[in-house]
Amino acid sequence: MEKRTILNSKHLEITLRRLASQLKENHQDFTNTVLIGLQPKGIFVLERIKEILEADLNQELTCGQLDITFYRDDFRRREQPLIPSVTNIDFIIEDKKVVLIDDVLYTGRSIRSGLEALLAFGRPKQVELMILVDRQFERHLPIQADYIGKTVNTLTSQVVLVEWKQNEGQDQVYLVNQEDKNG
Amino acid sequence: MDNLSVDHLIGIKDLTKQDIELIFKTADSFKQVINRPIKKVPSLRDITIANLFFENSTRTRLSFELAEKRLSADTVNFSAASSSVKKGETLIDTVNNILAMKVDLVVMRHPNPGAAKFLSERIDARVVNAGDGTHEHPTQALLDAYSIREKHGEDFKGKKVVIVGDISHSRVALSNIFCLQKLGAEVMVCGPTTLIPKHINTLGVKVEHNLRKALEWCDVANMLRIQLERQEIKYFPSLREYTMLYGLDKALLDSLDKEITVMHPGPINRGVEISSDVADSEQSIILQQVENGVAIRMAVIYLLAAKINRS
Repeated sequence: MEKRTILNSKHLEITLRRLASQLKENHQDFTNTVLIGLQPKGIFVLERIKEILEADLNQELTCGQLDITFYRDDFRRREQPLIPSVTNIDFIIEDKKVVLIDDVLYTGRSIRSGLEALLAFGRPKQVELMILVDRQFERHLPIQADYIGKTVNTLTSQVVLVEWKQNEGQDQVYLVNQEDKNG
Repeated sequence: MDNLSVDHLIGIKDLTKQDIELIFKTADSFKQVINRPIKKVPSLRDITIANLFFENSTRTRLSFELAEKRLSADTVNFSAASSSVKKGETLIDTVNNILAMKVDLVVMRHPNPGAAKFLSERIDARVVNAGDGTHEHPTQALLDAYSIREKHGEDFKGKKVVIVGDISHSRVALSNIFCLQKLGAEVMVCGPTTLIPKHINTLGVKVEHNLRKALEWCDVANMLRIQLERQEIKYFPSLREYTMLYGLDKALLDSLDKEITVMHPGPINRGVEISSDVADSEQSIILQQVENGVAIRMAVIYLLAAKINRS
């Protein structure tokens, strides 16, 4: 299996710290800011960013998890229905600055669904997007991220996989061919 | 396995345990949705659903309609009382006419057992049985079991449920028996001999004619209504006598040495099968059942609609 590492564990840590710093630069004390991770994989990025920022600022941040299953645009176009994950937003997002967080930005369709799902919780003042890996030139929709960990050029036949030490044993981001992933 | 094994929901008898668990898991998410400020998701935006009610219903019909609207489906409603059925149209003709208007899914309640199956074999749309005569009422059984799961935990093994009342004429009883047994619970039926079907033993349920003994055995009691509209002859001397022997009142409930959960599929006949103070007590989960009904029906419709081919 051909596997190309995009970010190794050390590099990933540096990237996450840079993203956290950029957030801090724009949101300062986070009084009116909430961080929302997209289910299922964005929440791992959120957890790490939260960990770094909370240690740094010495305060608790308002964070939530958003599931987009019922807002996707490929319902009835898939072989198998998607099983929803948990949505956990127990705060009002009305007039808040929201930072949506996901691991990989590819076609932009998940983010579009995420924006729609988000509006069920109120009208935010502003929504920004943080992405760990941006697959450039692959967008189906006019959606761009405000905070980008790493930009990569990929083929449609390739998949970006993000692994975390608590799940797969080590932190890393790598690129594989679609058939290798399925096979 | 991430898909239902069936294309229509005719009865619980056709479902696997995995199907039921998938419906519950999906309903968990929908329950979150209906407790949000905006209680609606856009999943079924391009689906049209016809609600065909050939028999009276308030709760089930409202619950289905609400579920469909919260999934953003378009709905059309039909009730036999105000339709051409009164002019002599057959079921299949009525339905074909509605389908000619491009309906993707049909929710039907009908007084004849087997009507939903008959329909599903003849039309090109998904069918959800909302009660067919004395046969099955699958979504009611699912929401009952879901409410038990919410109160007593996910594992049904060893849970004891007694269904009290008119078992012979109840589609709720039959669907509940199938559903609870598939999930691993033990089921008992309780009622006067005349209202217990003769061959009920073949379903593997316990039979008890003494309400107190049944309640002492169970963790959950599901009290059913006497289906007077389906009883062509008298099955017991008087309602008063039925209430004395099979009505659940607070004195009886409090005299038990454990706290049991009380359920009722509605409509309640207060003072007949259940007294007002029991229906409104802490142990009753009747209103939770109604709330869960919407989530369960959203899950069923969502999962069946996912199988409708777009092309």
